[in-house]
Formats: sequence, C-alpha cells, structure tokens
Amino acid sequence: MTMRLANIIQLGIKELRGLSRDSMMLFLIVYAFSVSIYTASRALPETLNHAAIAIVDEDQSPVSSRVVTAFYPPYFSAPRLISQSEMDRRMDAGADTFALDIPPDFQRDLLAGRSPTIQLNIDATRMTQAFTGGGYIQAILLGEISEFLNRYRSASNVPVELALRARYNPELSKIWFGAITNVIMSITMLSIILTGAALIREREHGTIEHLLVMPVTPFEILVSKIWSMGLVVLIASSLSLIFVVQGLLSVPINGSMPLFLVGAALDIFAMTALGIFLATRAGSMPQFGMLLILVLIPLQVLSGGVTPRESMPPIIQGIMLAAPNTHFIMLAQSILFRGSGLDVVWPQLIALLAIGAILFWLSIRSFRKFLA
Amino acid sequence: MTSGPPNALPPVARLERVSLAYGKTLALDGVTLDIPSGCMAGLIGPDGVGKSTLLSLLAGARKIQRGHISVLGGDMADAHHRRQTCPQIAYMPQGLGKNLYPTLSVFENVDFFGRLFGLDSVERTERISELLDRTGLAPFSDRPAGKLSGGMKQKLGLCCALIHDPAFLILDEPTTGVDPLSRRQFWELIDSIRRGRSGMSVLVATAYMEEAERFDWLIAMDAGKVLAAGTPADLLATTGTTNLDAAFISLLPEEERKNHVEVVIPPRHLGEHDTVAIEANHLTMRFGSFTAVDDVSFRIARGEIFGFLGSNGCGKTTTMKMLTGLLPASAGDVKLFGHPVDPNDMAVRRRVGYMSQAFSLYSELTVVQNLDLHARLFGMESESIAPRIAEVAQRFSLTDVMDALPDGLPLGIRQRLSLAVAMIHSPELLILDEPTSGVDPVARDQFWQILADLSRNDNVTIFISTHFMNEAERCDRISLMHAGRVLVSDTPGSIIERRKAGTLEDAFISYLQEAIGEPNKTAAVEPEKAQPETSFEASSKSLVGRYEGFSFRRMFAYTQRESLELSRDPIRATLATIGSVLLMFVIGYGINLDVDNLTFAVLDRDDTTVSRDYAHDIAGSRYFTEKPPVTDYRDLDRHMGNGELSMVLEFPPGFARDVARGRAVEIGAWIDGAMPMRGDTISSYLQQIHVEWLTKKARELYGDAATKGTFQVALRYRYNPDVKSLVAMAPAVIPLLLMMIPAMLTVLSIVREKELGSIINFYVTPVTRWEFLLGKQIPYVLLAMLNFFLLAAFAMFVFRVPFTGSFLALTFGAFLYVIVSTGMGLVVSSFMTSQIAAIFGTMLVTLIPSIQYSGLIDPVSSLQGAGAYIGNIYPASYFVTISRGTFSKALGFGDLTDAYLALVIAIPVLLGLGAAFLRKQAV
Repeated sequence: MTMRLANIIQLGIKELRGLSRDSMMLFLIVYAFSVSIYTASRALPETLNHAAIAIVDEDQSPVSSRVVTAFYPPYFSAPRLISQSEMDRRMDAGADTFALDIPPDFQRDLLAGRSPTIQLNIDATRMTQAFTGGGYIQAILLGEISEFLNRYRSASNVPVELALRARYNPELSKIWFGAITNVIMSITMLSIILTGAALIREREHGTIEHLLVMPVTPFEILVSKIWSMGLVVLIASSLSLIFVVQGLLSVPINGSMPLFLVGAALDIFAMTALGIFLATRAGSMPQFGMLLILVLIPLQVLSGGVTPRESMPPIIQGIMLAAPNTHFIMLAQSILFRGSGLDVVWPQLIALLAIGAILFWLSIRSFRKFLA
Repeated sequence: MTSGPPNALPPVARLERVSLAYGKTLALDGVTLDIPSGCMAGLIGPDGVGKSTLLSLLAGARKIQRGHISVLGGDMADAHHRRQTCPQIAYMPQGLGKNLYPTLSVFENVDFFGRLFGLDSVERTERISELLDRTGLAPFSDRPAGKLSGGMKQKLGLCCALIHDPAFLILDEPTTGVDPLSRRQFWELIDSIRRGRSGMSVLVATAYMEEAERFDWLIAMDAGKVLAAGTPADLLATTGTTNLDAAFISLLPEEERKNHVEVVIPPRHLGEHDTVAIEANHLTMRFGSFTAVDDVSFRIARGEIFGFLGSNGCGKTTTMKMLTGLLPASAGDVKLFGHPVDPNDMAVRRRVGYMSQAFSLYSELTVVQNLDLHARLFGMESESIAPRIAEVAQRFSLTDVMDALPDGLPLGIRQRLSLAVAMIHSPELLILDEPTSGVDPVARDQFWQILADLSRNDNVTIFISTHFMNEAERCDRISLMHAGRVLVSDTPGSIIERRKAGTLEDAFISYLQEAIGEPNKTAAVEPEKAQPETSFEASSKSLVGRYEGFSFRRMFAYTQRESLELSRDPIRATLATIGSVLLMFVIGYGINLDVDNLTFAVLDRDDTTVSRDYAHDIAGSRYFTEKPPVTDYRDLDRHMGNGELSMVLEFPPGFARDVARGRAVEIGAWIDGAMPMRGDTISSYLQQIHVEWLTKKARELYGDAATKGTFQVALRYRYNPDVKSLVAMAPAVIPLLLMMIPAMLTVLSIVREKELGSIINFYVTPVTRWEFLLGKQIPYVLLAMLNFFLLAAFAMFVFRVPFTGSFLALTFGAFLYVIVSTGMGLVVSSFMTSQIAAIFGTMLVTLIPSIQYSGLIDPVSSLQGAGAYIGNIYPASYFVTISRGTFSKALGFGDLTDAYLALVIAIPVLLGLGAAFLRKQAV
C-alpha cells in the first residue's frame, strides 16, 4: 500500500514537472483564469443596461415630452425620436428593442378621461430585455403621467408602495454571478482538457506503454493524473477567486471559502475523471475535439449558470442532475452569495462525490480497455 | 548497379557555405559541396548530423538561413525559381509513409500527387497503372496506405514521388526499418527506373553501409560538416580500410574515434542452459480477423542474447508486448523464469527491463530525474537509489549529461539513457525493441559492448530486435519472423550453412522468398517490361508551364483528398452533423428565457382580506407558485438561504387599515439576488402585478372617478407574439453551432498535417498557399452547409419555429457565415503547431464569444467594455441578426444588406490573414 502511494506521488510529480515546462499551456491556464474571466464578467450588462428605445411622438404635447425625457442611461439608451414610418425598419434591423408610439391628441384625450392608449412595441426575440424592460417602461409611464396629472410628484398619491429588496446581491449585479459562472466554466474546460488531451498525447508518444511494463497499475496512473492536474486547476481557481473575482471585480463573498474549495475539489475530481473517460473513447485528437464540443456546450449552457434551472423542462432538469456542474453551481450560489454552511450544502457535496466516484469507476474501466 | 566515376555534366546541386541552426543547435555548419548529376549519390553518417536538414533544403522544403544553394541551375532562395524547379524535384521524407495519407487507398494516394502536379485524368490513369505495375503494388491498389507493410509503404512513397517524372530524386533513409528482402527489391526498382529514365539524378541518405557501398558517389557527414566525398572506392582507398563501416569510423575526428572499441563477445559457457528465462508456447495474437502473431514458440536460456529479425509489421513488437504482459495473448502462454506472465504480477515486472522502439522517456524530465523516477517506480529502497544511479551513470557514460534534458542529446546518448533506465533496477531479463535504429556505428558498437558485458558477466538474458545484419551475427541465436510466423530459429552460423548462402542477409532473403512463395526473382520488378522512356520524356515536356498562377485542379486535389479522409472517418463527420442537431435540441429545448415556476411565500403580519387578496393576485399569475407562509425572519432566512424560496412578500401590521385610510404603506418584497437574471425578472413581474392591483383597488375605493386621467399601454410583442423562448433561441443557436464545429474541424485538419508531417507535401509540390487553404476549406464549408440545412429543418419542423422571411436570404447568409467560421479556423491554425493547443485555443476563441458576446442571450447593444467591442466585430453577431431576421421578422435580402456586408468584409480579411501567416517552407 505504501508502495502504491509512493508511485502515485512520484507519477504525479512527473506530471507537474511536465506541465511546468509547457509554457504555452501555462499561458493558456493563466489567461483562462484571469483575462478571460475579467472580460466576460465586465461585458455582462447590469440588470437592464442601455436598452435601445425609440419614441414616435405624434402628440408633441407637454406630457409626451415629459415621457421622452424620462428615459435615460444607464437603464435605457437616450431615446431616439423617430417617425412612424421608420419604426418598422429600425426594429427589423434590430436597432431598437423597444419602440413607444404616443398617439396624436394623447394629452387631450387623457385630460378628457377618454383613456387613450400608448402602444409599446417590444422585440420579443430579445427575451431577456423584453420582460424586464417592458415592466420598467410601464412603471415609468405610470409615474410620469400621474405626476403630470397631479402637477407634482408625491408618494402619498399612490397609497401602497412596493419596496423591492434583493437579498445577497442588493443591486442584482450580474458581474457577481457572471464571474463565478465563468470561473466554473474555466474549471470545467481545463480539467477535461488537461487530463484528456494529455492522455491522448501520451499514447501518441508511447510513454503510457512504457509505464505499463513497470510495476505500476492503471489505477495508480489514473489517480496520479487526477491529483496532479486537479491540484493545478484548484490552485488556479482559488487564486482567480481571490485576486480576480474578489480583488479586481470586487465581488463580495459572503460564505466560507474553505467550504467552497472542498466543493471545487470534488467538482474537479469528477471533471478530470470525465476528461480521462472522453480521451479513452476518442480514437484521435480530432474526434476528441468534437466530443469536447458536444460535452462542453450543454455543461456550460444547461447547468443553471446561464439561465435558471427551474425554468428548464423537467426532463432536462433531470438529465442535468447527472452533470457535476449543476450541483457545483447550486453549491457556489449557496455558499458564496447566500453564505450558507455545511448544513445547507451537504446534499450537493454528496452528489458531487457520488458523480465523481461513478465517473472515476467508468474511466478506470474504460482506461483498462483502452490500454489493451 | 553501375559504378565508376560520375560523368562530366554540371552538378545537379551546388551548396556554398550553407549553415542552419535550430535555436541554439547548429545542424549544418558551413557546408560547401557539389552533387554530381546523372548518378546515384549517397549521404552517409549517423542520425542527427544534418543529413535530413541538408536534403530538405535541397528539396526546397526548408528555408535557407545562411549560404547559397542552387539546384538544377537556379537559386533555391528565389521563390520564382522554386516554383519552376519544384516540379522537377521529387522528395521522399524520412519515416515510413510520413507523407502518405493512411486512410486513403494506394491508388488515391498516387492520384492525389498526380493532381497536385497538374496531370489530367488520362495521364494520371495511365501513369499510375504503369507505376503500380512496376512496383508490384497493383494488386493492392484499393488497400488503405496505413495498412501496408513498411516495404510497401516505401514503394508507394516512391510511386508518389515519381508520378511527375522528376529530374532529381531525393530519398531520405528510404529503407530504414524495412526488411532485407523489401530493401533489395526497393533498390532493384530504383535501378530499373533509372534505366528507363536516363539522366535522372538520385540523392539518398542511408544508415546502412552495405547499401552505400553500391552507390556511385558518397558524401560522409558528421556534426553538420562534410567529412569526405568521393566514390566508395576512393573512400576505402584514402582511409586504407576494407569496408565502409570502418572507413567511416576512421574519417571521424580523433576524439570521437577514440571512443570506439571493437566489440568482443566471449563465447557462452555451456552448462548454464539448465535455467530457462523465457518460454513461449504456441503464442498467438489476433486483432479481429487479422492474426498478428501465429503460433510462435521458443525457449531462451538465462544469459543468452537472442535476436529477433523481420520487417515492420511482421509481429515482432506484438510478440515482445506479449512477453512483457502488455498485451494478453489470444492463445498460447508465456513463462518468465518459470512463472506464467500475469499482467497484475508486479513481482515479475521488477525482474524485467523493457526498452520500446520509439524513445519513450519523459522529455520534460532531466536525465537524472528520469533515472530517479524509474528507480522509485520499481520500488528500490531510497537509500540505495543514489549509489545505483551513480553506478549506472558511470557504466553508460552519462555522468556529464545528468542535468540535461533528453531532447537536446544526440540519439546515441539517448539510446544509452533508455537502456540505463531499463537497467536501473538490475533486471535479470532485458527486452529491447530495435534499440539501435538510427544510431551511428561508433555508438552502436559501444552499445553492443555493454550488452555483451551484461550477458556474459552478469548473466542477464537479452531479447533484442534489430534490422542490422552485423548485429544479428553477434547474437547467440536468432529468429526470423515474417507475417506473424517464425521462419527459422538457430545460431547465425547454422542458418547460413543450412541455406548454403554467403552471408546472413542472403540466407534471410532466401527464407523470406520461400515464405512468400516467390522464386529467386520477384515478379514485382521486371525492368524489361518498363514502358519505353519516350512516354516519360514526351509528357515531361508538356508539364512545363503548368505551374503558373492559380490552379483549380491543384485546389480540388486538396478538396478531394480532404473529403475522402472525412468520409473514411465517419465518426468525425457524424459527430459534426448529428452531434450538432443533438446540441441544438438540448440547448433550444433546455434554455428557457421565459422564467416561470418561481417559488414565493408570504410573511403576513396583517392577515386581512386585503393582504390575502394581494397575495392571491400574485399566486394567480402564471409566473409564481405559492409555498406555505413563513412565520418570522429566521424562517425566511432559512428558506431563502437554501434556495427553496425565490421571493417572500412581507405585509406590515395594519396594512388593510392604512390602505383604507389612504395612509402611505409599504409592502416588502424580498428577492433572491443570488442569480441576478432571475431576480430581475421577479422584480419586473412584481411591479406589473402591483400596478394592476393598484388600479383595481383604486376603482374599488374611489369608484369610476378614479379612472379619470388613466391611460392604457398596449403591449405588442413583435416577431414572437406568444413570447416563446424557443422562437427566440433556436435561430440564435444556429450561429453558435455553425461557428464552433466548422472552426474546430478546419483547425484540426491543418494542425494535424503539421503535427503528423504530411504538411511536407505542401512545401515541396507546386501547390500555392491559396490553393492549399481554399482546397482544405471547401469540404468543411460544404459539410457546414449540410449542417446548416439540418439545423434549419430541425428548427422549423421539430421545434416548429415559424419561418416568416426569405429562406434564400438565410441560406445566402449561412453560406457567407460558414466561409467566415472555417476562415477563422484557418487563421487559428496558422499560429498552432500542436493539436492540444489548437483544441484549447479554438475553444477560447469560439465558445466564449459566441455564447456571451453575440446576442444569444443579451443583445450586443447592451454589452459593456471589451465585450461590447468584441460583440461588434464578432461575425456570429451578424449571423444572429440574419437568422432571427429571416426566421421571425419576415426579412429578405434587401433588409439585411448591412449584415451581409459585415460578413463579406470578414472573408477576405480572415483568408488573407490565414494565407499571410501560413509558411510555404519549414523554418
């Protein structure tokens, strides 16, 4: 047993030494955990950001000009005043997400109690903005027009106020969440590529075979690859969380970092095992490249990092429970934002461990076949 | 073979002070040399002395760094001259079948080269059938090149080189790793071709001195310098030696020569035969229907040196792997030291040392780190490791290079290191697979002296495979293998005697011919049947002038080859097409932007009909699902903390009373902000419901008077009236998939050629950069278009996304777009040399931008910072506009001119970058 452990340590150190000489790979790792995360997180719009709006003002009255001045950055881009004939063309070209049409004689009808209608056109192919923006615009219209009617703005005018308070992330800043999602994406990508592609390369260079004539078992080879490459990803992701996410992006972390890192370690364990499994299944590098796309896109898009899980069809929700990412994202949300402890996240930890164990078992089985 | 002094023609190639360095390593050092034309010239010397570099410079495959080279009367540094002369030069690089395409058949390989040289189909068919007849490959013309034996691969390589009837043939170690019979046939073939085409110059690099003895002219090289040049007779005469091996050694500088010692192997002491080291009984290995090793049996005594000979692919390596337990035998058994081989028996492995054919130590570890790692893996006691390493280093003369990396060391030293590693744990049995391939004579002799000492002094059993006859003669016993069977097994002396042959080589060839069932003369080589040379001459003239400008034939040669390779690798094509549809299904179905099923609960401190009415309105909307109420803040914390509740409504005490009295009152809504997009949606839904509730309440409280001054907002959800997520997503997923998959396929198709070496065909044939790039791009554009139609059909018929615009406009956009995405692949490929970096790099430049910066989820106009900049120039953004426009907005050609324009501009930019960064010569 001590022999086994010694072999695993020796082989792992060999992997680390090898990686330390591959400057291109080191560069890509640093890039994936710093520049890539920073840019991608900063690009994400804050709630409703610069939503493109155009206004057709057919009324040209005091109330309509009040409405026009009510839309301003950062929620909306400064509204463009356009004619009705331009409206369709601009929306077709995707220039505007919203187009507000204030009809002729709007003010007269409003004061006369004829309940006139403002038309709000929404480009519903841009769904993320369609709902949120639609709600905002209605609220703004209501506020401005009531104020106009009452000649002053007063809270007492509306007897009931709705006080919205977002917990854990009071400004609903997307950077917070985006940064964590991007760290998780880099973890996934690197864990799979570092172990998987490296295994294919070792086979191409014949070094795997060389190992097998020595008193080393496939189990030891596998474990050594997983611990060494996993350690690299774990260190890179911790540094990235501390310096890029907490430091540069100033995302406040509410919960316990050590607990999160335990979760990360389990996720990395599962992902590296998955990388080895894919490598043993792919006949060549191009096939591995295709497999990688097939696996990475669903992992990225459906694990709950991009859109909420509860809105996905139940069958997809079910299937994605088999992906380690899904549990890891739940765990990251709970620990990092809601400040939850072990009492809350233990089911995710157990799920990660179980998925990791199954993937490891599959990969060792398929690795033995791959060698034969 | 004709011998005698070269004729008086001007030299075919002339080198003046040519130097070339790889980084800090000098490969060629001021070489000045004339290579006589019209004869067979040989380049001899150990590996790593610059032979291959010299040949690739002459072929125009590598860029000249310093000095002047002229070939066929023109300057090789001049690109125009290279274009003119390349078609006159044929180059066969080192390595078995290195410039062949393993999945293509024999015929298709030759045909590809014929197209590259601009032959039309009549000429091609004629010449290919002639060449295949003469090389004896005609019966195998449908067999994939990857499944040929080593000798056949080299013959095929020769066919490919001769397809355009060159004036100057350059062969880089064409017979290394080929069995003696195939080797002999190869040279007979070259002779017959030279007879049929008088005046052809041939330059060959070889490691076999026996072969070199038959050439007209020899150049001996060492350490990047020419030692001597002249006829073989001249070389023997100047050195006063009787064979070329000895002549070469005496030409070496003093300090290298003094390392050389004659190998002395004392006879074995009989009586030690009683212990058997290896015993194999009826060993058989089958791979599917192919039998690699067929009923092989032998017994090898302890301390014996046992040689194993045979061509590549005859089953030697497979047998060795079965001996080591790397491969379980299909039938039969092996015993090592009396114990059956068991892959799980670690104890037996410790008694065996194995050295595989290719150098397989870790190039990222230094010499001492390699030795240390292996010592530890073999479980040596840590205190005994350091002395053992010192001892082994001493014995194998590695003391001076302990801290060097293996890649920087000459091959001879690397092979010694491999042997040292195999020996580190003092095994009783050594299994060595071609340990001396490519090693120079001096180093080979040193190596054999070590083997002899191990066998005779330490009683180590040695099982060794080799292609060198003089090494075979040093073994105690040898076996000759062919096609999986052992033909003969005996001492070298008695094998020669049994066949009544003059040399061991002749004896082996006679055994091989018997096994193949051929008489003395191979039917394959019949120079008498050679076509009259006029046919070659005539067509050769017509070739002139074919190499100017852009040639569609050459471009389509690459297109056709790439398509064939793609069709031979169905997994890749299937993953690309079916896989993309699968991905579209999963993503389109899975991403739901229409957020619903949001969980909420009430913390009601008022508990009146008014508060319950408010909560009821919320529960009644389709977005929210009500959960049991929470009792206090701790309860709220717990349920929100574990994500069970997305929102909690808090009504203050006296809520109903205050509403009735018109006093300002506040409802609190706690929203889970851990996922900001969901938080946003919740707050927007809540605001809408709140406004509706207020209007309803106002009407109840104040009657119709309250409606005075109100207005309506008519919401028109355009393009997607039901606000269905699928309608928004499906058209945007098509650009994502058509970016990633074609780019990945294109990148790997080029980087793979670089990594595996067939890129050399691009360097030395008349094909231009544009022909190469466009030719390789076309099949992937077509595959991507097929992908596009599948995806569009899937969106329309399975997802039932209404299609309202012009399908032609969408198709046209898709066509431009896939040219762009494959073009991006071309650009990425020009920076990458390894496939692993290519995969990672392609992922980084396609996956993240097309998901995050292209309007798939957030509109490009709302992005910030660098992301906004990327989004505005990233091609996927424009195809998202085209795809959504034609699917949902009923747009046609006229409405999309801006997006088309952006894509049209991107095409020449990307292709131009790809062509600018691609090099037509190795650096």
